Amino acid sequence: MEIFGIWLAAFLTLCIYSFLYRDNPFYRFAEYLFIGISVGYYIVIYIHQGFIPFAWEPFWAAVKPFWPGIPREAGWIGLIKLIPIALGLLFFGGLSPRHTWLIRYPSAVLVGFGSGISIPLMLRTFIFEQTRGTVEPFAAINAGTLSPWGILEAILMLIGVACTLTYFFFSVEHRGPVKWLSKVGIAFLMIGFGAAFGNTVMGRVALLIQRIDFLLNDWIGMIMDWLGSIF
Amino acid sequence: MLDKLMNIDRRIVFILVALAVIIPTKLSVNLPISVSEPTQQLYDYIDNLEADSTIMIAFNYGPAGLPELHPMGRAVLKQCFDKDVRVIGVTLAPDAPTLANTLMEEIAQESGAMAGEDYVFLGYRPGGALVMLGMGTSIAGVFENDYNGTALAEIPIMENITNYDQISLLVDFASGSTTEQWINYANTQYNLQIASGVTGVIIAQMYPFLQTGQLVGLIAGISGAAEYERLIDAPAKGMKWINIESFVHLLIVGLVILGNIAFFIRNRQEE
Repeated sequence: MEIFGIWLAAFLTLCIYSFLYRDNPFYRFAEYLFIGISVGYYIVIYIHQGFIPFAWEPFWAAVKPFWPGIPREAGWIGLIKLIPIALGLLFFGGLSPRHTWLIRYPSAVLVGFGSGISIPLMLRTFIFEQTRGTVEPFAAINAGTLSPWGILEAILMLIGVACTLTYFFFSVEHRGPVKWLSKVGIAFLMIGFGAAFGNTVMGRVALLIQRIDFLLNDWIGMIMDWLGSIF
Repeated sequence: MLDKLMNIDRRIVFILVALAVIIPTKLSVNLPISVSEPTQQLYDYIDNLEADSTIMIAFNYGPAGLPELHPMGRAVLKQCFDKDVRVIGVTLAPDAPTLANTLMEEIAQESGAMAGEDYVFLGYRPGGALVMLGMGTSIAGVFENDYNGTALAEIPIMENITNYDQISLLVDFASGSTTEQWINYANTQYNLQIASGVTGVIIAQMYPFLQTGQLVGLIAGISGAAEYERLIDAPAKGMKWINIESFVHLLIVGLVILGNIAFFIRNRQEE
């Protein structure tokens, strides 16, 4: 079974890489197979991990006491579980153009709930903490505990933050000093994008290396071992 | 000549990149690896934990993130098991459970760690942020069973674990934006210490959190994995692949320089 798996993985890897030469039926086959398997896998996962425990089981628990022949234990209070299930079902209103408006209700609940939880936390995480991080080194400079390199870092960071924010400040026309500050901001942005691009290249090359490592060592290595055992 | 260089067939570049990978793979070249500060910070943090401390590892990646994140996951797990630090594995990615469970079992077997006593894998739960927030109140309220279906109450490692208060660190191996969510919902809300191991694409996004201390350490892509393997003195795929990676980077830098030179010369000629 393991040998079959290695051959299959090697075949599909070569099918995908064949696109580098040009589009061809082997690439299409591997692409469609990948999409099909992914969709099937995710549907099964979401049914077992999402639909059954969070919709079907609560629904059944709520209506079970009212099922003919089953003794009543829970009562009416259990029906409260049907409210979120019904709200979720309203999403299917999108399937009919006449009933699309029904989506507004579950969307409103989701947005309201999400905003209530996220906005205070996001303000702290992404605004207050980051602002503290930008100005805090200056307290260390004042206390004389920061190294010369640390001082340079702190100053550069403050300049970078101020100039980059200036670039995105559109309430004032970018002329004179504002124009120059925003130009410095663009330079900082470009350095950031460059670093992100370099790291992305590193990540993509790692994927290639892993696949070639698999082809050379696992697949061809297995073939060589097999040939070695024959001759 | 210049026109030829500017209109070089992309397939020649693909062949050059393939050769830059295949040749070093066969030559087994070993280039020096220096450890960056964020990687060292995470290593030191785990190294300074007391034995029998518990950390949580979130494996938030699927097969596409495996080449970069599996080597660092392997290295961190090995360090934890060697130091008798207990590990609780979870995932918020639907395509991660099999990968994560196999990895944990593999490293546990190598290190002699016992399932249920030294480590447990709780599996996947949908909900993202809600799972993160829920575990802050009660882990058993979110994960009733582990990946194998054993009730949490019957697992020895979970005996004294109720919520994040008993977790010394959360390490998020992520190929998406989950680290930012962990910081937002677990660090800011519950003061849980967070570290991260991420793919190359999102490394740059993580540095602001390191500077503020919202992340206690960072393993950055395959280079970070190689650094961590060096720190625990267990060379594996990370160190092997980063050597090959260096050759490809040299080729890419060379091609970028060549392309720019040709571009500027042609511009000057046109002027």
